[in-house]
Amino acid sequence: MNAMTEFADDQSIALGAPVGVTIENVAKDFGDSPALHGVSLDVHAGELVALLGPSGSGKTTLLRILAGLEAPTSGRVLFGGEDTLGLPVQDRNIGFVFQHYALFRHMTVFDNIAFGLTVRPRRDRPASAEIRRRVLHLLDLVQLSGLEKRYPAQLSGGQRQRVALARALAIEPRLLLLDEPFGALDAQVRRDLRRWLREIHDRTGHTTFFVTHDQEEALELADRIVVMSKGRIEQVGSADDIYDRPGSPFVFSFIGESTLLPVEIADGAVLVDGAPSGLAFGETGTRPATLGFRPHDVTLVSDDSPAIRGRVVAERRHGARRRLELQVGPKHLRAEIDVEVEASRTLGSLVAFRPERWRIFPA
Amino acid sequence: MTATAASAWRKPSVIPGFGLALGFTLAYLSLIVLIPLGGLVLRTIGMGWPQFLAIALDPRTLAALRLSFGASAIAAAVNTVFGLIVAWVLVRYDFPGRKIVDAVVDLPFALPTAVAGISLTAIYAPNGWVGQYAAAFGIRIAYTPVGVFIALVFIGLPFVVRTVQPVLEDMDREVEEMAATLGARRWTTVRRVVLPTLVPALLTGFALAFARAVGEYGSVIFIAGNIPYVSEIAPLLIVIRLTEFNYAAATAVASIMLALSFVLLFAINLLQAWSRRRLSHE
Repeated sequence: MNAMTEFADDQSIALGAPVGVTIENVAKDFGDSPALHGVSLDVHAGELVALLGPSGSGKTTLLRILAGLEAPTSGRVLFGGEDTLGLPVQDRNIGFVFQHYALFRHMTVFDNIAFGLTVRPRRDRPASAEIRRRVLHLLDLVQLSGLEKRYPAQLSGGQRQRVALARALAIEPRLLLLDEPFGALDAQVRRDLRRWLREIHDRTGHTTFFVTHDQEEALELADRIVVMSKGRIEQVGSADDIYDRPGSPFVFSFIGESTLLPVEIADGAVLVDGAPSGLAFGETGTRPATLGFRPHDVTLVSDDSPAIRGRVVAERRHGARRRLELQVGPKHLRAEIDVEVEASRTLGSLVAFRPERWRIFPA
Repeated sequence: MTATAASAWRKPSVIPGFGLALGFTLAYLSLIVLIPLGGLVLRTIGMGWPQFLAIALDPRTLAALRLSFGASAIAAAVNTVFGLIVAWVLVRYDFPGRKIVDAVVDLPFALPTAVAGISLTAIYAPNGWVGQYAAAFGIRIAYTPVGVFIALVFIGLPFVVRTVQPVLEDMDREVEEMAATLGARRWTTVRRVVLPTLVPALLTGFALAFARAVGEYGSVIFIAGNIPYVSEIAPLLIVIRLTEFNYAAATAVASIMLALSFVLLFAINLLQAWSRRRLSHE
């Protein structure tokens, strides 16, 4: 898999001109249950966008609407300013990759990749020598040269997914749509393929959407991340935006590790369970709110100064540090903090800490 | 030597008992299938070549065999096409009464064949519900080879539907969606993606429908009219010979049917194994 970072030749990939995509108030109902509530998004040509969210967030539905595999209940989708309403999936010129590859198992790798070219009407179909040249070139791009006579059942999962990608690229798509492309692969292959997909994207410049529930994948791969929850877009932004400036408690808790505590803001102070936490919030008046912080952004407090205090209910090794799970206050709120490995605590002992970096969200 | 041979055939399994299972299989097959068929072959050999050839090449025998195998093959082919459509509709669409239609498909299995034969005759006879309209165009259905064909279509349909249905149910819809995103129109997808994966099941359905049709008796004899050289099927000819106490002729026709059926089914089996291998490549 070392070869994955290099390409055998530097021939450029023929492609359909990548298009920008505009999604306007797209909603989708399946029977009674809405899957998408009026989603809007602008993506410019050549962008690599991750649709990130838990299952049931509507990300796959949105991808299928872009592909034309589902019709939106209301709203519009534009490719390069052109309304796609009524444009059948066959005419959209999109490359789609499914999580479980969806390879044609009765066809060789070669025939799988050539499929999109060989089904064209005769007048648009390239000559068979041209098809052959293109397929072999794509095989080279996905680093499967020499395997064109194999059948899908004779390939590993990672190889199958690369065949699926080559097949999608063969039709020179305007838009590349990937539905959990690495979801069925094991961790090592997944990491390699991820890096490799990024390189392919940089070389070919397709406008690309990929659906994932894996935040690490989204943060590493995408130019922009669209965080979705319950059929709505929670936040759109770069990895830094999403991670450092989360727009909602959902994004904060979904991206990275975090603790959310219900707090009260009273005259400039943040109260946890009615007690001052030592955190100051420049606001007058009293209101309930939610305090969010990451386990690694805390310092332990050893004196009696105001802090959040909790009892250790569990501890475990977490990478280079030790993670303590705390029970805070009489309402048994849960908080997680990271401490030095040496700072092991007995269960039930009291720990006081203050978040170094934290955010206040509306309750 | 025998031990190594046996262990070469045997695959490691958590369920032991290769020897016992093989022994049982052979004994059971012998008792149920091979011994009766062996008796048939023995009787045939006993009569000697000249007599056998005289019966086999008798124009009436040849006509009956041609009708039986010809009508069965055509009926099985027609059932393969329409059985696939029925299975497709039952699997792919949800409509009111789908469960009932699904159950109706099995009726030809369950109905006593004589009942089916009498009903078909009543409908297709020149004065029957359907037969009268056909008769108006000068087409006779009952008491002709067409009638035989219709009866064989009737009894063969469930075999194709029931073999194709589970395969269609298991079929990955994403593969068809994939073909569509690559630009394939509906019919291209069916022809190049759906049908190839159904070939083994269709062949099995064809073989079952064909085998059933060749051996069919009860539903055919009423509608066929049983005119020698025209609409007389081979199984009926065997019964006629038996009622004439001409056992030699009966066993000779039966042996020919047996041999033909075996060769044809074996050929279909090979075709099936080949198409299945194309799909799995393990």
